[in-house]
Amino acid sequence: MTSTPTKPQPRARRLLATALRHPAVVPLGAVVLALLIGAVIIAAAGLDPLTAYAAVLEGSLDPRQLDYTFSVWGFICGMALAAAIPLRMGEFNLGGNGQMVLGGLTAAWVALNVPLPGILLVPLAVLAAAIVAGGFGALSAPLATRFGIPIIISTLLLSPIAVAVVSYLLRFQIGEAGSAVAQTPRLPEQGRMWALGDLSYSNTGLLVIIAMMVAFYVVDSRSAVGFELRVVGANRRFGAYGGVRVGRLAFGAMAAAGAAAGIVGAIIVMSSPYRLIDGALISPGYTFAGLAAALLAGGRPALIPVTAILFTILQVGGASMERSADVPRQLSDVLQGVVIVVLALRTVLDQRRTERSSA
Amino acid sequence: MQIFELSFVAAVLLAATPILYAALAGAISAQVGVFNIALEGQMLWGAFAAVAGSYYTGSAWGGVLIALLSTALFAVILAVGSARWKADPIIIAIGTNLLALGLTGFLLRVLFDVSGSFSPRGLEGLPKMGFLADVPVIGPIFAGQTLLVPLAFVVIVAVGLWLKATPAGLRLRGVGEHPDAAASLGVNVPSFQMWATILGGALCGIAGAQLALGNVTVFTENMTAGRGWIAVAAVMLVAGRPLWLPLACLGFGAAEALGFRLQGIGAPQQLTDAAPYAITLVVLVLTRIRFARSRKVSV
Repeated sequence: MTSTPTKPQPRARRLLATALRHPAVVPLGAVVLALLIGAVIIAAAGLDPLTAYAAVLEGSLDPRQLDYTFSVWGFICGMALAAAIPLRMGEFNLGGNGQMVLGGLTAAWVALNVPLPGILLVPLAVLAAAIVAGGFGALSAPLATRFGIPIIISTLLLSPIAVAVVSYLLRFQIGEAGSAVAQTPRLPEQGRMWALGDLSYSNTGLLVIIAMMVAFYVVDSRSAVGFELRVVGANRRFGAYGGVRVGRLAFGAMAAAGAAAGIVGAIIVMSSPYRLIDGALISPGYTFAGLAAALLAGGRPALIPVTAILFTILQVGGASMERSADVPRQLSDVLQGVVIVVLALRTVLDQRRTERSSA
Repeated sequence: MQIFELSFVAAVLLAATPILYAALAGAISAQVGVFNIALEGQMLWGAFAAVAGSYYTGSAWGGVLIALLSTALFAVILAVGSARWKADPIIIAIGTNLLALGLTGFLLRVLFDVSGSFSPRGLEGLPKMGFLADVPVIGPIFAGQTLLVPLAFVVIVAVGLWLKATPAGLRLRGVGEHPDAAASLGVNVPSFQMWATILGGALCGIAGAQLALGNVTVFTENMTAGRGWIAVAAVMLVAGRPLWLPLACLGFGAAEALGFRLQGIGAPQQLTDAAPYAITLVVLVLTRIRFARSRKVSV
């Protein structure tokens, strides 16, 4: 910029104003602000923010780690889809954990019990997981349209039920006998995700998730259903008035969201160590990292892979931050929360703007 | 047999009380038209603040006070954000719930150098009303409880009456029912919404304090374990009639207490854990059947 900072010329000022209105400014600003708040929290705890953040980057982006980081990015992208699809029509799916474990359970059961060659068994297990978890997610739609129970509430109440039932089945019904941990036996060779070259964490599951994201992008931007989703998200009554069957749309969106979460569960179970272990799917917190990524992307399909990178780095790097900078890894949750709060509070800018224009 | 039954009543009350305080917070927010789903995180923060406060001040009531004040402060984010800045209360609440979960875990490590749970020797829990022990019926129910348990019912009745019978209560209800009408009568709508949400934070602080210093004397990561969500469901259930909250919350308390009993006789913990959620959902559906009928007519 050529103008002096004290007295910007009108043109420069206009450019600046245009730049500030760019859609990327708010999410970027939210991230920067969240990182600053995080730094203050770390400093207040008597620790060094720079070392901590450096450790986060190093722990997640070190070339030897990238294989693992990419697999986590895939899981977070998948769970972001589970949140973003209903978000597009203004609904919140907070039941990703339940949908994910049901998918994981279904995939494990299919892989352990169906005698088919791998070329058929792997797709069948993923498909079965998608159907069961999708059906479970879709339950919330009639609960909302018939009984007026908001999707955000029903998904939250349904999720712990599914988690508890899966945990019960693992411990008492289908778990490996004589094992101290509640877990299924190791899946047979033909029931495992196909490897990608000699990578040990990222596998074909990652490609499945990328395909899901592409599908969401295409449906969202090129199809009538995608248009209806966005219309209802912008104004539900207008959508209904315009002939959109909101109930049916919610059913489809929740089924797709549940299916996405179920597929993530299936992929995790069919990847190393090739079992469903009690609690292992939900303890890394992919559901809320995905939700945060979806919110940061504003539900926009093209942005999800980008925003998911941030939460992947926080998630994967959290452990090494704990190790080398002595900063508890819970800071990742704190930063996720702060990003979401800051994003929500962006309305303060609109407020200021309207106040100024009306003054 | 009678002792057994009275001890069950005591267990129900104990399980219901934290939910009751949180549900009252949610109900007050609902009265001013703010959909408050931040209860879970606020209660968790309250539980942490109560234990930390009791540890530092050496007094359980000091812990309660710190929980009450700091959770009210925590609720300012939601209050100012949703009432003044017109931000989406749902998104703020999702954020503050995550923030509470992360921050309590973080502070547990930074301040006390433990992870998982914190119950140092000498941590002061809230005193029980042992002086009631010899009173028939009341004794077995209340002697093992803290003062916060009966207080919950007093507070609910007081708030219910306040909403019903005072000018300020009327205005508060008007804010939720028809904000524009209230505003045109000179009621400061955002200010009512803000203070109602902050008051809700204080109540969630008490809920957390009762949970961490009354029901037990320990802070555990994520110890609220969904109670805040049950409280949100209770608020939906009573649909704007706060005086019905005790009934709803006692029902959930009974589900939890019964679950503990069943666990005692060998029922798997996983299934009894799921029971409160399943019961909540079923009750919500049952009470909404009328809603479904009215919808069918109109659509």
